[in-house]
Amino acid sequence: MEAPNNQAGPADNPTISSPEGSAPSPVAAALQREHPECVTEIIEALGETTIIVPRELIVTACAFLKTAPGLEFNFLADLCGFDRGPEEEPRFEVNYHLFSTTRHHRVRLKVVLAEDDIYVPTVSTVWRTADWHERETFDLFGVIFDGHPDLRRILLPDDWQGHALRKDFPLRGYEPYSLE
Amino acid sequence: MSATLNIPPQFEIVDRPLDTQMTISMGPQHPSTHGVLRLELVLDGEMVVKSTPDIGYLHTGMEKLFEYRKYQQGIVITDRMDYLNPLGNNLAYVMAVEKLLQLEIPERAQTIRVLMCELQRIASHLVWLGTHALDIGAMTVFFYCFREREKILNLIEAASGGRLTPSYFRIGGLMMDLPAGFERRVKQFQDDFLHALGEFHKLVTGNRIFQKRTQGVGYISAEDAIDWGLSGPCLRGSGVELDIRRMNPYTGYENYDFEIVTETDGDVWARYLVRMREMQESHRIVEQALSRLAPGPVKADAPKVVLPDREAMKTHMDALIHHFLIVAEGFDVPAGEVYHPIEASKGELGVYIRSTGGPKPARVHFRGPSFVNLSALPHMSRGAMVADIVAIIGSLDIVLGEIDR
Repeated sequence: MEAPNNQAGPADNPTISSPEGSAPSPVAAALQREHPECVTEIIEALGETTIIVPRELIVTACAFLKTAPGLEFNFLADLCGFDRGPEEEPRFEVNYHLFSTTRHHRVRLKVVLAEDDIYVPTVSTVWRTADWHERETFDLFGVIFDGHPDLRRILLPDDWQGHALRKDFPLRGYEPYSLE
Repeated sequence: MSATLNIPPQFEIVDRPLDTQMTISMGPQHPSTHGVLRLELVLDGEMVVKSTPDIGYLHTGMEKLFEYRKYQQGIVITDRMDYLNPLGNNLAYVMAVEKLLQLEIPERAQTIRVLMCELQRIASHLVWLGTHALDIGAMTVFFYCFREREKILNLIEAASGGRLTPSYFRIGGLMMDLPAGFERRVKQFQDDFLHALGEFHKLVTGNRIFQKRTQGVGYISAEDAIDWGLSGPCLRGSGVELDIRRMNPYTGYENYDFEIVTETDGDVWARYLVRMREMQESHRIVEQALSRLAPGPVKADAPKVVLPDREAMKTHMDALIHHFLIVAEGFDVPAGEVYHPIEASKGELGVYIRSTGGPKPARVHFRGPSFVNLSALPHMSRGAMVADIVAIIGSLDIVLGEIDR
């Protein structure tokens, strides 16, 4: 993992810069200042900030971003999974799209997960809206959210085999689904 | 049914005749669940102790399908998600792809997008009003609402050729320019609509029965609404002044003068008032968009992405080649990821697109406002009466096509 460059930043923002060399957003800078261990990488692209967070620190990062004055990410807009493909390592991602109803800014947090260790702590303790989003991600990708109050399938039937949005799941399924 | 079928514990119907609590299943064919929503209600007498929404009856794997279709083919899938607000879905999707491609959209196309989206928002709110009143027992409103909605659908049909599945917005602009005489027809609708809105107010707003059924029902506080991720009229009904058209403006909304409608009561009645006044604001935006319509191109200057005009295709070799390549092979979208939120009629509609290059997306995810708004139903309906559940579902304005995707 690339460490943030501590020397080459512009004079008004001397401490950090994103891997591409441009100045990181104030949100990423604040998180890095208060919780440097929570930031693995900062990506600035297409006007959006992505912060890659180590899996075990996702709740710490979210709780900090939610309450820190000036950041106030009190609204979890979206949470979704992504499968990079069976040959990739690490294979899975979980994306958290945060929004602030007072500051009106947005940030994306990202956790990467290996296929054989597909666990991530739940953030439904930080925002209750994460409940259904996490159930959906569990249903379609098989990501297990540790500590989730009610982790079961939400869109597909309870006895469904496999996780439909994984890249190795065929578009039309393995066999026609039947209730018998 | 085979004995091996595993019923999860929360769905097991416990039959205890001496208990006062009873578990009943509401839906999925119940007419006031607006589609195929099933609720597992635990009742104490007529009071709801616990409600558990059960969704997925309309799941058709749309997000999976996106990964097997080219970017431009995805537009028709979005029509079928929130089928009451297809132009909003089109807009969110094409804007996300345009952000990945970093396309500049011409002024006229942006104005037409605003115009059509606001008409669609009125149409969506009209269906909400008609069905919400129908659920509560006022049948007449439904016919009046659908009469007005029909006029908007005719306008959308005139522009795009489709009533419910327009696919009018394309990556890089519009399918085609507005037909001749369209502005006159919109003006005609605009003139009639305020009178119709007055009729709805006369029919419903002053109705004592409607007020009694909705005031104080389904309360959610501003903090809880944010915590549960409510958005759109449901959030503004709790007094949070938040509208993505204003806060994170897109497609030129920063240039329009409109009010963010809020009500502070946080109940079904407040959400009703918010939507009623929002229709009036949409009417104002349509008025402004009409006055700004200036002649100009409606497609971006990107020959590798935007289909050429038919005339050019038949007379120019390069246009023919581009046409063939776009249709046969699609266009490459640079690798990257975007999350593009818009203010749809029901709330924040966010599209997450992940591209790894090539003509097909690696992942498309829709943050449907109905999905998130419905997840707060157990919180809002605790302690309510069974009949109030119908009013609360109506006030959330859910569309199952978007929830189940």
